[in-house]
Amino acid sequence: MRLDEIIRILDAVTVTNSLEPGEEIEWACATDLMSDVLYYSRGNSVLITGLAKQQAIRTSDIADIRVVVFTRGKEPDTQTIELARMKNITLLITPYSMYTACGKLYEEGLRCCPE
Amino acid sequence: MKLKEIVEILSLKPLVPSAGLEREVSGGYVGDLLSDVMANAGEGNIWITLQTHVNIVAVAVFKNLSAIVTVNGRMPDADTMEKAAEENIPILLTGKSAFETAGKLYQILNAKGIQD
Amino acid sequence: MKAKIDRTYEGSFHIVGGDFSRAGEASTELKTILLRMGMDEEIVRRVAIATFEAEMNIMIYATAGILRYTITPEEIRVVAEDMGPGIEDIELAMQEGYSTAPDWVREMGWGAGMGLPNMKKNSDVFRIESVVGEGTTVEMTIRLGDCGEESR
Repeated sequence: MRLDEIIRILDAVTVTNSLEPGEEIEWACATDLMSDVLYYSRGNSVLITGLAKQQAIRTSDIADIRVVVFTRGKEPDTQTIELARMKNITLLITPYSMYTACGKLYEEGLRCCPE
Repeated sequence: MKLKEIVEILSLKPLVPSAGLEREVSGGYVGDLLSDVMANAGEGNIWITLQTHVNIVAVAVFKNLSAIVTVNGRMPDADTMEKAAEENIPILLTGKSAFETAGKLYQILNAKGIQD
Repeated sequence: MKAKIDRTYEGSFHIVGGDFSRAGEASTELKTILLRMGMDEEIVRRVAIATFEAEMNIMIYATAGILRYTITPEEIRVVAEDMGPGIEDIELAMQEGYSTAPDWVREMGWGAGMGLPNMKKNSDVFRIESVVGEGTTVEMTIRLGDCGEESR
């Protein structure tokens, strides 16, 4: 799914971005637990999480995840935003809950990382 | 919509035999941070999570949730199952991910006009 | 891009327990070093994930610890040694979902019992030794396989 489609479907605000709007994101992963991001995710995925903290960015960087979505309109602190910028991670904020965000992306054809 | 129908459509495996599946489902919630679920899940929601330790039952009781779905084949701890039986909270197991489970549940509930 | 590793490289990082704001810095630095050497991205990802979990375990459970890495033409080896409480039952600790982490750690998105399984999953050889009251040592080896062979 194209990055600009993800942004549109989630009514998301773009906090940091270094990707092209047409960038293809292959998979999705939804969790608040960072070890599970590391265990199940693939590179080139979007991570949907309620953990609006530096840890989510750090983990995504380690796992080669390029797009992170914080749910429920949670505003990260400046260190988190700065880390995302430094690590070239696209950081989005959606007003939707994790459930609704998953539902809307799934409905439009995005799928989770295969094991 | 009845929990029983959702269990059938999503092929969820009920782990607490004594907890009935006749209850109504008001929507879904996905979350692994208990404080977040405590603050934001709605009454009657199905809660989709990776957490399996005993505290999830207390959260479900407190928020009056309709069921807990543990994803990625994550089997709840023995004390969690015990507590769930005691509190009459259905725990449903699926091998699928949270993303996929939420995605499908959203479609099912949306078709019935439930958009929480 | 194939890595050209013609000798052994070694280094280490000191980790201080409880300092969540710096959690992951050592693993991130090791990842950068490996990428700069031209290592295969999938191998770097495995090393980074395994190291990150080891680093987080020290951060969460121990007073302090040290991460040592050795890069040879054949393999990457990471040894994480900590001064921590030790693990009573290693077999149990290796089970997916088993955790002794306190609630505050769980609220930080960690401690859900996937750390050790994750280290094992990403290593070709995984060893763990622990003495209750003294500490835990984890040794993870990732083989470079064809990449290493061809680059010589």
